[in-house]
Amino acid sequence: MSEQNKNWLTVCKATDLVKDSGVCALIEQGVEEKQVAIFHLPNTEKQVYAVGNYDPIGEANVLYRGLVGSIGDNIIVASPLYKQHFCLTTGKCLQEDVSIDVIPARILDDQVQLFV
Amino acid sequence: MNSSIQKLVEKQKVVIVGNGMVGHHFVEQLAQLRTSNQAIEITVLSAESRLAYDRVHLSEYFSGKTAEDLAMTDEKTYLDWDVNFQTNAKVVDIDRINKNVVTESGQVFDYDKLVLATGSYPFVPPIPGKDREHCLVYRTIDDLDDIQASANVSKVGVVIGGGLLGLEAANALTHLGLKTHVVEFAPQLMGVQIDAGGGRLLKEKIEALGVEVHTSKATNVIEDGDKCRYKLCFSDDTVLETDLILFSAGIRPYDNLARTFDLELGERGGIVINNQCQTSDGDIYAIGECALWNNFIFGLVAPGYSMAKVAAKHIIGEQESFTGADMSTKLKLMGVEVGSIGDAHAKTPGSLTYTYENQPEGVYKKIVVSSDKSKMLGAVLIGDTSEYDTLLQYMLNAIDLPESPEALILPSSGDKPSLGAGALPDTATICSCHNVTKGDIIASIDAGAMTVGDVKSCTKAGSGCGGCAALVKSVADNEFEKRGVEVKKDICEHFAYSRREIYDIVSVEKIKTFDELLASHGKGHGCEICKPVAGSVLASVWNDYILKKPHLSLQDTNDTYLGNMQKDGTYSVVPRIAGGEITPDKLIVLGEVAKKYNLYTKITGGARVDLFGARVEQLPPIWKELVDAGFETGHAYGKSLRTVKSCVGSTWCRYGVQDSMSMAIDLEHRYKGLRAPHKIKFGVSGCTRECAEAQGKDIGIIATDNGWNLYVAGNGGMKPRHGDLFATDLDDDTLVKYVDRILMFYVQTGDRLQRTSTWMDNLEGGLAYLQDVIMKDSLGITDSLEAQMESIVGTYQCEWKTTIEDPEALKRFQPFVNSSKPDSNIIFIQERDQIRPATKDEKAEDLSNVTKIAEEA
Repeated sequence: MSEQNKNWLTVCKATDLVKDSGVCALIEQGVEEKQVAIFHLPNTEKQVYAVGNYDPIGEANVLYRGLVGSIGDNIIVASPLYKQHFCLTTGKCLQEDVSIDVIPARILDDQVQLFV
Repeated sequence: MNSSIQKLVEKQKVVIVGNGMVGHHFVEQLAQLRTSNQAIEITVLSAESRLAYDRVHLSEYFSGKTAEDLAMTDEKTYLDWDVNFQTNAKVVDIDRINKNVVTESGQVFDYDKLVLATGSYPFVPPIPGKDREHCLVYRTIDDLDDIQASANVSKVGVVIGGGLLGLEAANALTHLGLKTHVVEFAPQLMGVQIDAGGGRLLKEKIEALGVEVHTSKATNVIEDGDKCRYKLCFSDDTVLETDLILFSAGIRPYDNLARTFDLELGERGGIVINNQCQTSDGDIYAIGECALWNNFIFGLVAPGYSMAKVAAKHIIGEQESFTGADMSTKLKLMGVEVGSIGDAHAKTPGSLTYTYENQPEGVYKKIVVSSDKSKMLGAVLIGDTSEYDTLLQYMLNAIDLPESPEALILPSSGDKPSLGAGALPDTATICSCHNVTKGDIIASIDAGAMTVGDVKSCTKAGSGCGGCAALVKSVADNEFEKRGVEVKKDICEHFAYSRREIYDIVSVEKIKTFDELLASHGKGHGCEICKPVAGSVLASVWNDYILKKPHLSLQDTNDTYLGNMQKDGTYSVVPRIAGGEITPDKLIVLGEVAKKYNLYTKITGGARVDLFGARVEQLPPIWKELVDAGFETGHAYGKSLRTVKSCVGSTWCRYGVQDSMSMAIDLEHRYKGLRAPHKIKFGVSGCTRECAEAQGKDIGIIATDNGWNLYVAGNGGMKPRHGDLFATDLDDDTLVKYVDRILMFYVQTGDRLQRTSTWMDNLEGGLAYLQDVIMKDSLGITDSLEAQMESIVGTYQCEWKTTIEDPEALKRFQPFVNSSKPDSNIIFIQERDQIRPATKDEKAEDLSNVTKIAEEA
């Protein structure tokens, strides 16, 4: 979908997020379904991060259940399946040459919004 | 200094003919050995257009390495060493009377000592047609350029010769994109290094890589081809069409100079040398592949290096002898691991062999031992050379073999004897390319080497073929540890502490959350290593419900969702069945729940039942039904007590001497939920027949007529180990007291993911030390260990019961924050009347044949 067709979509309340952990939102656009993992790291600059929930290495929708943290300067989620690190700001995997989608996310008036 | 005296000292002139790997090594040795008051002028003459390069890794030229990458030296290095050099300087004449050599271009070089390092040339069998275009050899970088040019206009290539170099050459041809064949005169590949059995498997493996191997083929003539440029006509009237022919049928010493100038030669060539590498003319030395020592030519680089060192030392007046060399070799040919050690063909009279062959996995291993089975003589390894270092050390150092030598090559034999770095004698050769012994490595550390990298650069160990790199590291590490050099045990980049240190910090400073711990002792935001460690330590020290809010984000997904995540993102459900004892009613409940939720069902090795395929949102309703029926969590997901396996014991069994069943159930309930560095398993057997396999568990208990024998630190799985007998004939109370203390001591001091077996082996003093701590209270801590265990036992709660009663915690089990649809990527198919996850292909192909899981109402 092209950029101009995208909009900020409210998916949940800020209180639905779990500190230093992830939840998953289901985005349904027409027949297409997309799972987005949303992480809340209040001790980091961006606070809220959203990436595709599909682990391209483990080939399952599990990333929101991974542990978050940092490796060097990268804020990361570790795949709960095989523990590769994915950078939450670039989507790049730090160990292998794959990456995941990064979705712009924000908290506005206590609402969690994704730009999809 | 008086200048007239200096003038009296005429410079000794040393001329080296040949700048291959060995010639270069000689230059390097001599340049380093000569001292300021030994005036030696070094001149090296190379017939090739470039200075020395690495011929061992020549085939890498075709996989991306350049001539510069392969270079072993350059002009600047030789200038820095004050070494004269000439390229394109082929020596054509030696004047032994006036002591000079003349090059093709007419340049004359005087010598006092002459060193012939002319190497060898590829032998091309006298086949009619061998001199035609596109018939090439594989020896120098120039040859490689010719091969590349020819390959550009060819589709099919043949290597004549199936030895080590021939297979390297075949590898090069495949890299160039040619359909490649190998033709070998002998009935097998690599006949020099490996035996017939190994050769057979090697052939299979190489053919599996797309190279066709033709053995027992003698080529009569090379003629014009029908489909390709040429055809090889074999003596058995078969033919093989090809565009390019590469000869690699062995090497011949390049001894022309010696031949012409009357130095003594061997019957089949090679310049005869003595133990100091001198030829029949005492001022002329020969080293490397042109030299014949004891009627033997060494076609490997390591012996050539040894000769270079001996000759250099002899020239500066030091005595050292070349006394032969080990021809063992380990390499990777086209990705196939091949190792050959010593007497690979079992030619030693009376020698005996052990052979292991695993055809499905393509592994062949043979060892050759002396007639009394006490010494290693040789070995052949194909497909897996992981034991090469150990076997080589047994042979080189004549170390006594273990009682069953076959254990050295058999897979997964529990107590595989390994030769630790500490067990090797100082004389053990670690790096045979540079002849570095364990003693040399120790000396380099004595002289100040602080890291493995330092050791490598001082001793050069590991910088030849590189095959010994792992051994060099383990010898050096062992030596560092002996000296108390700290080996870093930081758990990750966020905490410069071991798990044990974190345990101490948490309990001493009364830290209750990860954030406090990170703020006071760490940096960054944590990761999947330190968070679960902190979670486990916090749980051990304070025994809080692990899904309590501040701890929630510390748990691995398995702990968060209280189940083991499977490959498709679903979870397994494993209720506790203490001791494996279950009533028919409860068994029926398990069956009903499994049926209702369509779960795959399997009996485990730990005597309980696993239910697979539960989606996140199904976990709470499944567990509610189980908890209501009296089940509790089995902690199959946690680093905690798994099962206490038991036999029925004296209650039922004719042989049982104690009630092992009751003991197992009591122990399982006592320690369930305890968070530890790794999982813990128990076994309790009712008699010495040991039906519960207790000796393979972390804690093993075996009934005796007088009570219980306690075993500790057993292990199954990846590294099987029998438990050590810790104490005998204990009564029930003493048994429990000791187990309390051992487990708590392990929980406090074990490292992350360290099972009890490695934990105990790493305690200084091992078993005896542990016995002192636990039974003699040598550290004065047993009271506190018991008190801590008592408090953990007293505050146990079933995590699933707590979870299903907590609406806040249940929110975690919704698949999406904004939808209750199930994950559409979880798809099962039926197999043997049960579900299993669909493979990627199955998901992609016909979705109509796939049973999509019905959403739970």
